[in-house]
Parts: sequence; C-alpha cells; structure tokens
Amino acid sequence: MAGSSVSVDYADAMIMTPIPAGDWLIVAPSLITMVGGALCLMLRKNTDLQPKVGMVLLGALVVASLALLIRVLDHGVITMVMGNWLPPFGIAVTADALGATLTFIGSVVAFCAGLFGMKTVDSSGRRYGFYPFLLLLMTGVCGSFLTADIFNLYVWFEVLLISSYGLLILGNDRIQLDGAVKYGVLNLVGTNLFLIATGLIYGIFGTLNMADIAVKVDAMENPASGTLATVAALYFLAFAMKAAAFPVNFWLPASYHTPNIVVSAVFAGLLTKVGVYALIRIFVLILPASLGYMADVIGLVAIVTLMTGALGALAQTEIRRLLGYLVIAGIGSMLAGLAVAANDEKATLAISGAIFYAVHSIIVMTALYMSAGIISMMGGSFNLRQLGGLYQKSGAFAGVFLILAFAVSGLPPFSGFWPKVMLVDAAFGDDRFWLGAAILVSGFLTTLAMGRVWIYAFWRGGPEGTPDGQSVEVTGSSQAQLSGGAVWLPLGILTALVVYFGLQPEWMIELSTQGASGVVDPLGYIRSVLGEQG
Amino acid sequence: METGVAILIGLFFSVAVYLMLSKHLVRILLGIAILGNSVNMLIFTNGRLTREIPPLIPPHLYTPETLTANPLPQALVLTAIVISFSFFAFLLVLAFRAYQELETDEVNKMRVAEPENDQTPPQGY
Amino acid sequence: MRTVIFRTIAPYLAALMVLFSIFVLLRGHNEPGGGFIGGLIAASALAIYGIACGVASVRRAIVFHPMGISGFGLFIGALAGVLSFFKGQAFMTSQWLIFDFSGVEVALSTPLVFDIGVYLVVVGAIGSIALALEEREAD
Repeated sequence: MAGSSVSVDYADAMIMTPIPAGDWLIVAPSLITMVGGALCLMLRKNTDLQPKVGMVLLGALVVASLALLIRVLDHGVITMVMGNWLPPFGIAVTADALGATLTFIGSVVAFCAGLFGMKTVDSSGRRYGFYPFLLLLMTGVCGSFLTADIFNLYVWFEVLLISSYGLLILGNDRIQLDGAVKYGVLNLVGTNLFLIATGLIYGIFGTLNMADIAVKVDAMENPASGTLATVAALYFLAFAMKAAAFPVNFWLPASYHTPNIVVSAVFAGLLTKVGVYALIRIFVLILPASLGYMADVIGLVAIVTLMTGALGALAQTEIRRLLGYLVIAGIGSMLAGLAVAANDEKATLAISGAIFYAVHSIIVMTALYMSAGIISMMGGSFNLRQLGGLYQKSGAFAGVFLILAFAVSGLPPFSGFWPKVMLVDAAFGDDRFWLGAAILVSGFLTTLAMGRVWIYAFWRGGPEGTPDGQSVEVTGSSQAQLSGGAVWLPLGILTALVVYFGLQPEWMIELSTQGASGVVDPLGYIRSVLGEQG
Repeated sequence: METGVAILIGLFFSVAVYLMLSKHLVRILLGIAILGNSVNMLIFTNGRLTREIPPLIPPHLYTPETLTANPLPQALVLTAIVISFSFFAFLLVLAFRAYQELETDEVNKMRVAEPENDQTPPQGY
Repeated sequence: MRTVIFRTIAPYLAALMVLFSIFVLLRGHNEPGGGFIGGLIAASALAIYGIACGVASVRRAIVFHPMGISGFGLFIGALAGVLSFFKGQAFMTSQWLIFDFSGVEVALSTPLVFDIGVYLVVVGAIGSIALALEEREAD
C-alpha cells in the first residue's frame, strides 16, 4: 500500500534498473493500435476524419513494427515485463525474430487493407466502426505475436475475436448474420478449449510464463506423460480450430465470403495465421516432447487439410468461397512443416519453411481477396459463370491476378515457391515424404483452380453464353471505386512484395531461419525472459 | 475436495456438450455459457482449493500472516468470466438478430451464406 | 413493466445505483470492488432506467453514445500505462501522487486512472448491448 510506513526492499519483486526506451517498441504495436482504436471509436460519427486518423495510426504501426524488427535483429530477443515486476510473476512481452517478423508483415497488410477500405467501405460501414475494429483487431494480432504468457495469449485471442465479430457484421446483412453466427459460435468454442488446456497447464506447472513452462517441461522426467498429452491434444484441437484445419475448418468457408471484401481480405490474411503461429509457439517452444508423438496426427491432419482446401477450391463457383478454400490449403502446408519439425535434424528447415509460408500466405491471400473485390467492381459479380472479358478491360490487372495465381499455387518465380521448396525439401529429407507429395499435389490442384478463375474471368470474351471469338462489353458494379489510387495502391504494394520475395528470397529465408532457430533452440528466448540464470 | 469439484466440472462439461449438440441456436448458446462456467471452475480448481482464507494482506504487514488461498487463479477466472460474459452477451444479440432476419433458430436451416442448390463451376470452354 | 410505481421509482433507483457504482469503483484499490463491478452496476442502472422510461431517454441522459464512452475508457486506460515511460520503467508500472488535502492524505495513482478506464469501458459496452436489446423488445 502506498501510504504504508513499512520499509520494503522492492528489489525482491521488481526490476529496479531503468528500461531502455527502445524496449518500448515491444509494446508499441499493441499500444498504438489500442489507443488509436479508442480514438477512432470516439470519432465514429465523424466519417470524414475517422479514416484519416485510422490511416495515420496504421502507418505509425508499420513504422513501429519495422523498428521493432530491426531492433530484434540487432539485439536478439528482447523482453519487457509489465509493471516492472520480476519474471515469471510479471506478465512478459517478448519479441523474437518469429514474432517480430509476423508483426511487421501483419502491420503492412493491415495498412494496405485500411487503404483499400477508404474506397470500399461506405459511410455506414465507417459509422459501424470499420477503422476502430480494424485497429483493435491489430491490437489482438500484434499482442498474440509478441506475448510470452499463455494466459495473455488467450486474452489477445479474445481481443482479436471480438473485433473480428464487429468487422464481420459491419453491414448487418442477412448473409452476414448467418456467417457471423457460425464463425462466432465455433471460434468461441475454440478459445474455450484453449482456456481448458491453459488451466490444466497452470495446474501442472503453477506458471503461465511460456519460457518458465519450457524450462519446467525440459526438467520433467517423463515429458510425454499422460496429463501433458491431454494438454497437447487440447492445444492442437483449439489452434487447429482457429487455423481452420480439417476437420474443424467448416466455419471458414461458411463465413469468409459474407463480409465486406476488405474485411475478408484482412481475415484471410491474418486470423488463421495467428492460429498457426500459436501452434508453432506451443509445440516447438513449450512442448517439444509432445510434438514427437503428435507428429503423425498433425501430418495426417495436414494432408487432409491440403486436399480439402484444394478440392474445395476446385468445386466453387463463387470466387470468394474459392479463395476461402485456398486459405485452408495454405494452412495444410504450414501444418506439414510443423509435423516434419518432430525430426530434430529437419526441425529448423521445416519451421522456417512454415514461417516463410505464413508470411507468403498473409500477403498473397489478402491480395487475392482484394483482387476479388476489384473483379466484382469491374465485372459486376463474384460468380465465375457471370464473369468474363476482364482482360480487355484492364490488361495490367489481369497480369497482377496471374502473378498472384502463380504465387498461391507455389509456382516460380513468386513468393509461394520458396517456402514450398523448403517444406518439400524438409519432408523428403525426413521419412515423411508423403507430406511433401501432398504439398505438391495440392499445389497442382490449386493451379487448376486458379487457372480456371483466370480463364473464365479474364480470358474469355464475356459471361457464359458469349460465342467464341467475340467479346462483350461488361459493366461493373461500381466504377467510381476503381478511380484513384486507394484501391490500386494496396494491391500494388502487396503484389510488389510477392514478386520481391519471389526474386530476392534470401532476406526472408534468413529471417524465417532465424525465427525458426529461435523456437527450435529456445535458450535465447528463455534467457531473455527469465534473465541469465534461466 | 478437489475430487468432488472435479466430478462437478465433468458434469458441467457433459451438460455443455449435450446442449451444444442441439440444432437450436438458443440451446447452443446456453451450452456455451455453461462451458464457459465449467472452464472457469476448472481453472479455479487447478489453483488448488483453500477454504475461507482470502488472500488479503492486513494493512500493518507486508506478507500474508498465514497460508492463504491462491490469488492468481482468481484473477485468471475473473478475466475469463469478464470475457465469456461479454461474448455471451454479444452472441445473444447476434442470435436474436439472426433469428429476426433469417426467421429460424435451427442452424441446419440457416443456409443463406451457403445456399443448398449451389451452382457447380463451369466445366467446358 | 411500465407500471406507475416502477416509472416513479426508476430514476431515483438509477441515480442511487450510479452513485453506489462510483463508490464501489473508488474503494476498489485495496478492498473488494473496482472498475469492472462498478461498471456493471452502472450499466444495470442504465438498463433499469431504459426499461422504465424508454431507451431514448437513457440515450439523452448519458449524452454520449455508449460506444464513445467505452472508447474514452479504453483511451485513458491505455494511456495510464504510458506515464512510466518518462521514468524509465516498464509499461504499466504504477505511478503515485500522494499529497495532503486539508489534513487528509489523498493518493492519486495510475491504477486509479486505469480503473476508471475499465469502468467506462464496461459501462459503455454492456450499456450499449443492454440498450440494443431493449430497443429490439420495443419493436
């Protein structure tokens, strides 16, 4: 108590040395978005000012997360413990290469989405709170990537979940309510499973700090024991649900095509990858022994997810639903990397492949959903049967879409190629060559699905029924939105990144290798959180 | 004492799962509410139960006098209660709106987002 | 629900509940109470007032939109943690300002600001949900 006269040595419980100002970069991404989200919430009625404030803050988020990434690359893993309490009692926020990379890419994508939303979200959508919810969603996403406390991870998951609900029902349409019910219920059940596992882990170890748990699991005589197996299985189910892996993937195709297209773009880019990130964090950093006996299950789930995604995409007429299945297929590739990581020799390669794939998938899925929005603005529909003749309208856009189609299928020379090379290489080096085969087959089927979209929407002369060799003038739903840079600039940035990571993959490979070795060999992480004695 | 509570938690979980398997949205939501409560009890029990000694430090002392109940699970449960409560409130509003718009609370009949007679994609050229 | 008795009592009851909620909020630092429970009491005061006198009069009475209130709460709650930046301490380290006000020791602190933020967030969020539900009932 502050007014108490008892003399106390605070050094027993608190950090007494000053914190370098640069360490504040760890909390900056969550802080900027939280304060900004609150500001935009207060400005809700002012629909002209709100987007500007939102964009400035999203820009600040990009700058802060870039600075954080640079600092992590310079100084190694950095930690800040909330309220100056000593770890493991204080809640630690830790930035390692994995978390910082994903935070940075996530912020770039959110910035692009905010820009895209300036044209596509109308003033009623703004009044319902597009920018506040987008910012608060990023609070949750960045917080999840950077926290070093499992319970805190749960809280950040809930933050991003509640803001995603807000985004999902932005227009209050019938179809949105339908999608939101399924999305809402299943995701809430998923986070409850996560909470059960967290409760059990607290019961076993008496701590929730990830580094502390990792140390205690390492010191266990029999880390593959029954109770921990329960925990591992629960975590896998919970995060697989978040990541939309088979057989708990059905909420994704049921809901991702219902909201405003820019909301779909953000969701497809970020939300499922947070689930994958949590899987990597939990299974590689905290419960490596459990990964050993879970690997076959994870591998099986990965294969079925890859196939569900690719085959589901082939069976869709609606472009947004087709893309939803491609999100699922991408999750399968990342899970395949996680399964291969059970082999110690291949662990770093497999996890870095998964991280690179996550980065690629964040960028390319957001860009693809944005292009789907532009397709509908130009061609007036999301339905493949009613689309056509877009190549004549804009050759450049057709080219961009082709690049993205190549990238998502994993064809060179774009960003999807290199992570797939790493994943397949790791799988073939391990005895799980069937995982590599599944990735390749799924990539082939994805090529077919995307090729079909391109042929029908862009290449043929007009909608279904147009005679061969003739072209029909197509009318879009909203030409006005296509003018100006607000729609093209974000798509351009993301496509440029896709091309850059395809042609110059060294930087991202090095970054993801660093991220992967940081979780495969967690000594640096543990030391950063618990201090040198850890 | 933990054993008794554990059995109770199991009971709660089974009720929650049973309700969530229903076709009707209202029952599913009730199931989720009970699931949230059972998870809270699970966390609480995992912190080990101590009776009737609140974790409060008297004003003239710096540490508690005796062994008290574990305060951390209480804090965790409080957080979880807040979150599950607000989610439940939100989902109730959502379900009510969905019922008004879709005119059904049976989840199998909510097919607006995924229509039953969906077109297949074009096959020929 | 709109009996004469209820409509007459409700404004006084709501006022009393809001007062009590502030009391609970302020005693929260060292004793049972705090922002969340205080906010819930205040939100239920709004709900009672809304049931008795209609949602429109509640919205008039609280001046700001409930979501705006919760935005402001989030804003001051987050900023309360930032003050420690200027003292070279980690995010959310509590800062105290203790002074004598006519013989009474007054302790102002960032946890108090944070708690007020929580209070406003809860009032805003739960209040807007309650008002939304009551509005639908009227249809």
